[in-house]
Amino acid sequence: MISPNRIVSASVLFLVAFFVTALPFERSGFDAEGTVSFLTTFLTTVAIYGIFALALNVQWGYTGVFNFGVAAFFMVGAYTAGIVTKPPDDSEFVQYIGGFGDFLSPDVLDSEEWLRFVVGTAAAGFASGLLAFLLSIPTLRLREDYLAIATIGIAEVLRRMVIEEGSVVNGTNGLVGIPRPFGGWFDPSDYKYAMLVIAVVVLVLVFIAVERGIRSPWGRVLRALKEDEEVVEASGKNVFAFKMQGFVLGAVIMGIGGSVFAYARGSIGPDSFTHFFATFLFWAMLIVGGSGNNWGAVAGAFFVWGIWNISLQLNGYDMPGVLQTRVFYIRDFLIGAMLVMILLLRPQGLIPEERRVSIWVDRRMRRLQRKQPPPTAEAGP
Amino acid sequence: MSVDTASKGLVLEAQAVVTGYGEVDILHGVSLRVEREEMVAVIGPNGAGKSTLLKAIFGLLPVRSGEVFLKGEDVTNKRPDQVVVRGLSYVPQVDNVFPSLTILENLQMGAFVRRDGVREKLDQVFALFPDLVGRRSELARRLSGGQRQMLALARALMLDPDVLLLDEPSASLSPKMAGMIFERIATINGSGTAVLLVEQNARQALSLCNRGYVLATGMNRLDGQARGLLENPDVGRLYLGA
Amino acid sequence: MATLGATYDRIRGQLQDYQRVAAGVIGAWGLWALIGALFIWAAVDERQLFVIGLIVGSVLALGAIGLTLIYGILRFGNFAHGDTMMLGAYVAFFFLTGLVKEERRDTSIGFGLGDLPGATDRLGDLSFGYGFLLAAAGAAIVLIAFSVGLDRLVYRKLRQRKSSIVVFSTAAIGVAFALRAVLLIIWGPEPRTYFAGITPKNEYPFDILLKTNEIFTFLVAVGSAAVVYVILFRTKLGKSMRAYSDNPELALVSGINTDRVITWTWVIGGVLLAVAGVLLALQANLKPELGFELLLPLFAAAILGGLGKPQGAFVGALVVGVCQEVSVAYFSAGYKPAVAFVILILILLIRPRGLFGSST
Repeated sequence: MISPNRIVSASVLFLVAFFVTALPFERSGFDAEGTVSFLTTFLTTVAIYGIFALALNVQWGYTGVFNFGVAAFFMVGAYTAGIVTKPPDDSEFVQYIGGFGDFLSPDVLDSEEWLRFVVGTAAAGFASGLLAFLLSIPTLRLREDYLAIATIGIAEVLRRMVIEEGSVVNGTNGLVGIPRPFGGWFDPSDYKYAMLVIAVVVLVLVFIAVERGIRSPWGRVLRALKEDEEVVEASGKNVFAFKMQGFVLGAVIMGIGGSVFAYARGSIGPDSFTHFFATFLFWAMLIVGGSGNNWGAVAGAFFVWGIWNISLQLNGYDMPGVLQTRVFYIRDFLIGAMLVMILLLRPQGLIPEERRVSIWVDRRMRRLQRKQPPPTAEAGP
Repeated sequence: MSVDTASKGLVLEAQAVVTGYGEVDILHGVSLRVEREEMVAVIGPNGAGKSTLLKAIFGLLPVRSGEVFLKGEDVTNKRPDQVVVRGLSYVPQVDNVFPSLTILENLQMGAFVRRDGVREKLDQVFALFPDLVGRRSELARRLSGGQRQMLALARALMLDPDVLLLDEPSASLSPKMAGMIFERIATINGSGTAVLLVEQNARQALSLCNRGYVLATGMNRLDGQARGLLENPDVGRLYLGA
Repeated sequence: MATLGATYDRIRGQLQDYQRVAAGVIGAWGLWALIGALFIWAAVDERQLFVIGLIVGSVLALGAIGLTLIYGILRFGNFAHGDTMMLGAYVAFFFLTGLVKEERRDTSIGFGLGDLPGATDRLGDLSFGYGFLLAAAGAAIVLIAFSVGLDRLVYRKLRQRKSSIVVFSTAAIGVAFALRAVLLIIWGPEPRTYFAGITPKNEYPFDILLKTNEIFTFLVAVGSAAVVYVILFRTKLGKSMRAYSDNPELALVSGINTDRVITWTWVIGGVLLAVAGVLLALQANLKPELGFELLLPLFAAAILGGLGKPQGAFVGALVVGVCQEVSVAYFSAGYKPAVAFVILILILLIRPRGLFGSST
């Protein structure tokens, strides 16, 4: 039987989809083509954000690593892809390192349409993963919220470095003119459809990879880690190594997502990676959608970004001046409050987690119990 | 039930207690009694549930079925801070002092709910544990293992409990220290406090106590006078061995 | 995967050995010596910045003490701490001026404490009058109500559910963003000052220039910290709070009323934040984003001092303040949070338990 929870979730998602489509349609004077164009951009962003939500799910939903600086990995991925795919900097007003775009475009097989992007994305994933690796060394053995503050810190520090050191990635002006994969094959006005396909393809590939990885023996240990670290430790598995692997894997995916973001947007700057946009929003997506669950991550991305867009649309309507200037802040407040409410009232999110790992943990726990007395219960918060 | 227990001079009774952690039950219906001023031992192999029993009695673990009576009153599933004011004190096996507080402050915390007579009680307790007197302003984390156990015991005495629950007080102590601790416990019992003593060192425990209970895999196995248990060949073979 | 795993193991093993050696060599005494040397060098070489650093640090300390108390007693990192401080600052601003933002300009609710007779008359060389002090007291009351109310509404329910610390911290982040949004809704994004006009700097020995405001700030901050010290170390309630922070189960076993401990933690934290917010606003312009930017130095201070140890948070905050301000002589001011971050990472590498933390 379909549970009432499922019905609520499905209806909520449907409502969002409806308004995301209906509002611009109505506001544009029923311009179907314009609306389709708008929806394409919308869904492209949803796909990209879905990649991030999936990555965060690997880190938190599965491994139990508390990454509050997604912006850092996002930024590293996007900027790496940018400097790899762009041609070298050529004016005194624009300065950045890298610029391998021309080098990676030999005159064969139309390579300027795809080669540098593949390299760019690979480099983005690698750079992001490397950052995660380095960051995990001082923090992963400690309690979860040490990593949280360290990730908040690195995100903020990197952002400032980008601003202060103007010659690395062109400071506050950012990188503009990031090329587009397969850009030469399409008319500029049609390109957005190609981008959507690219984004969705990457999302699907990531989704499949994560699903397979999670159901593998390695993935099972990872998920058991989140449930009960002590049991995993007592079973002789190297907890630190597994945590690091989960964290790094998630970061690699974030780097990949960052690269797709850079290609889709064409220009990035330090303001694209504020904590709110590049970290908090993804957490909201994951929690609302349902952590520990890949479908939930994607659904959450759709839902939150849908709400975001609906609020943008609503701002276009007439309303009292007092409200007009603050619609966005009201929306921010609602998202923050929504996160808290979800944690309080419906922590499992829109699409609840599958409880598969318990069997593994239970079996191990019983095996251990026969050997020694159980651990002391904690009377904490 | 409760009328019965009071008239027998029973100060503590557990009846068919079922409890555990999470979804797993550790105790499957354990019963015991402690009479006024008695010293009762609870022994058994590792994992038998002895510590769990103390925690359930004291309200640190949920009693899923069964009852606990303190001086005739039903205290099943009352919170620890509600139980401690009724005359029951508990000394955990580990983490039984406040490490960043001084000895004096530890004792003051023990007397937290006490309205009066704190000073006199402090004097009494220091008299019982003279090793602690000279160190009253020292941080508890700097104490040796034996001193820490004494402090843990002293803290529990600050409220003049009728019953003292002790979880393996001699664990990780040298034999000499263990002996001293047991001697203090005997003194405490001698001055009128009933003691329920969970111990790994079954022989020691039984030699001090009036009666004993043998627990295994979460259930009562044997009980009786301590001397009888000491001489019982089954007990000897299974639990008193080297 | 297997060889990667072996590599991780080797690296981790080596790092742990290195860390053990470093921790042994450095230890708490080494860390103290390092800090002492740093302070002496800064006091000699960069006197002015050193003094400013102490003042900034003393204000940070108020936030860090509350943060570390919440860590010790409620066992989670309160990521809403910085934004709560801003709430206190803005509320005090509101009490003083009665201003909120209407559509594009400010509008007044008609009355502010500043309208009281003589309320804005400057007290001596300070930039404010008694109205400011009243407003600060009002902010403290609001923050107490807010913190305790939030605990009852949100955190208590999470405690009853025995949620993991991550859930608490995530809820706190949600609160942080909601708070910032509220500030933006009511007062808008433009920077705000409490008082217009310039206050003079006075000369002091050793070529140090200070506004009287700054001396006032330092004295109030240190004084508040001293009051907290007295509460925590000399009153029964305070001792029970420290006991609970040490060992919550044993505190319960001893009959300590844990609800009361928790409530007082929020009360003390709230008052400290109100004072800190108000003092901060004296030094700088108010902007809603400041709240989040404060998180790094606050956490760095609390971790450096040892989580749960208020005396550690005090010292840690002074260190972070001095390091941040002195760094301006060598790096751009935009890097100040980076300094806090470096301190954080160093402590996590060398001695994660901090100055006063125990090794349990």
